[in-house]
Amino acid sequence: MSVAAPAAPGRGPVEPRGTLRHRLAERGIDRQLWFLVPGLVFLLALFVFPFINGLISAFTLAPAGLAGPIPGTPLADQGNYFWSNFTEFFTYTAGGNAVYRDSIFTTLLLAIPVSLFNTLLAVPLAYRMRGAFRHKRLLTMLLAVPLTLGPLFIAYGIITYLGGGGWLSHVLAALHIAPISWDLTRINSTLAVAISLVLSGFPYAFLLVLSYISGIDPNLEQAAATLGASGWQRFWHITAPLLAPGLAITFCLAFVFSFSVFPSAIMLGGVGFLHTNVIAVQIYDTIVTGNGDFHFANAISMIMAAVELLVIGLVLMARSWMYRGTTTGGKG
Amino acid sequence: MASASSVRTPVAATAPPSGTVGRRPGPGVTTIIGRAAFWITIAFFLLNVLVLILAVVVQSFSYHWYGSFLPSQWTISRTWGSLNQLLLGTSLFQVVINTLEVVLSVILLSLLLGVPAAYALARRKFPGRGIVYLLFLFPVMLPPIAYVIPLVTVLDRLGPLSQTLGAVIIANLVPSVAFVVLVMVPFVEQIDPNLEAAARMLGARPLSVFRRVLVPLLIPGLLAAGVLVLVRTIAQFELTFFPAGPQNNTLVVAIFSAQQGTHGASFSIIACVAVIYMLTTLVVLIPAFRFIDPTQLVTQLKERPTK
Repeated sequence: MSVAAPAAPGRGPVEPRGTLRHRLAERGIDRQLWFLVPGLVFLLALFVFPFINGLISAFTLAPAGLAGPIPGTPLADQGNYFWSNFTEFFTYTAGGNAVYRDSIFTTLLLAIPVSLFNTLLAVPLAYRMRGAFRHKRLLTMLLAVPLTLGPLFIAYGIITYLGGGGWLSHVLAALHIAPISWDLTRINSTLAVAISLVLSGFPYAFLLVLSYISGIDPNLEQAAATLGASGWQRFWHITAPLLAPGLAITFCLAFVFSFSVFPSAIMLGGVGFLHTNVIAVQIYDTIVTGNGDFHFANAISMIMAAVELLVIGLVLMARSWMYRGTTTGGKG
Repeated sequence: MASASSVRTPVAATAPPSGTVGRRPGPGVTTIIGRAAFWITIAFFLLNVLVLILAVVVQSFSYHWYGSFLPSQWTISRTWGSLNQLLLGTSLFQVVINTLEVVLSVILLSLLLGVPAAYALARRKFPGRGIVYLLFLFPVMLPPIAYVIPLVTVLDRLGPLSQTLGAVIIANLVPSVAFVVLVMVPFVEQIDPNLEAAARMLGARPLSVFRRVLVPLLIPGLLAAGVLVLVRTIAQFELTFFPAGPQNNTLVVAIFSAQQGTHGASFSIIACVAVIYMLTTLVVLIPAFRFIDPTQLVTQLKERPTK
């Protein structure tokens, strides 16, 4: 039945040829699996291997002269090379601030509220838009615009619009609230970063929630309405429970997005000001403006990945605890 | 669009004549407040996005703009006219070419590597499939900077690719290949395997099954996946900045370096680069929106009802 195409790639012993191939095919292993090879090899070579290499590098001390995040910094423990990059990360202080360790909290305190805000704001708006109405496609397209602008344009736009002498400061000055030099990126650069994350992250959460809500069978709500449920009751007892697992996924993806915030954290700090101290900025500082210690940068990368996976794992665990029914369709 | 509205049709059929569930004869006060809140929120959001874009465009034409509501002096020659002595000694033209080169290579290669893998994953339930699937999930979930640093470490040690455009393409391929796989698996699953089986039974060789049955069915998915990779790649900063050498600027990196002020570019020049970046994105994306629904930017592909 098989085609007289090129000889089968050498897989397994030759003797029981037909039968072995048949047995394997029954378990889903046949020549079509070769399609998997290019993509898989690519990821193994350029994602898994570098990642493992990075892990090893993180547990290795940089050559003398590069040791420590800032030249001349004594390493925490010269005798214990294995953990030194990590002890450095968690114990190093500059001017009383544990800059590296604190960057974890700064990132989480930025990413979690922003992701919650984006996800929760998306719910009522998407709930209103779930039905068909005129210009719905145009409206979704307009909401998708900031998604395509990219974080760099938005960050620069925020500097121009909300920075010193920008249009917002003119409005505030006209209302006698603040002088014209009012500059959000100077007053609170973290808030500016949060705004940039809402501008580009909200459309993302909104489109995702909209697709989850559209996936809920409208007949359920219809049945509840027939049985006399009010609008609020229908939302809380029908839509909300069905939407909850989708919201957990939306939160996770919104979190992934805001957790890895990077260029805007530097751009909105302005030149010469203190940047919003997210983990990614510490990696940048180590490699670009610091001494280029890749071992230490790799260690920070691993910590960053671990913290993110930890949060996602917790959310997904909570999701499976709270909800044990069918999902509303559509994986994240 | 077709899929989203078709979901609602059952209600329209059974609902009271006015249509949607929320609408009743004589809307109550709460409904009116809710509707107003909805439109005000959307309008506020869109207005701010619009003003933000406008601010950058105005900045790009201004010679002097501080302390007044609009620039006191406008110019074209000082901003758009002098763009070419921009940024790190690389010409703007080269920057745009670099950007397009990276984006196009990433789209082509990620489809080439990702689609066959997605096909195998969708069609074969083999032992270890879950682990392979998880492997393709990781690059999409992890922060890009967390895997680009280890990747740059390896590429730098290997030498030849270090700080080239090739390194940029490779780095951008990592999440793109994974993303194409995740997007295409559900899409391939929707294609009826009986179509291929029928073609084979009628005597088609594997190559012509592929060319005349599979490819036409896959084309909508390929287009959409390509657009999605484009959106993600053109705005991707970390995966370009760290592997690239100083000569391999793309537009996003050009905005960043100019804004960081290391080369004395004025605010207006940075605004010009930002506007060029926006135009490049829009020129590529507006035709693309003919192939995909904006909702697909974030959710999985749905096959058009062409079966």
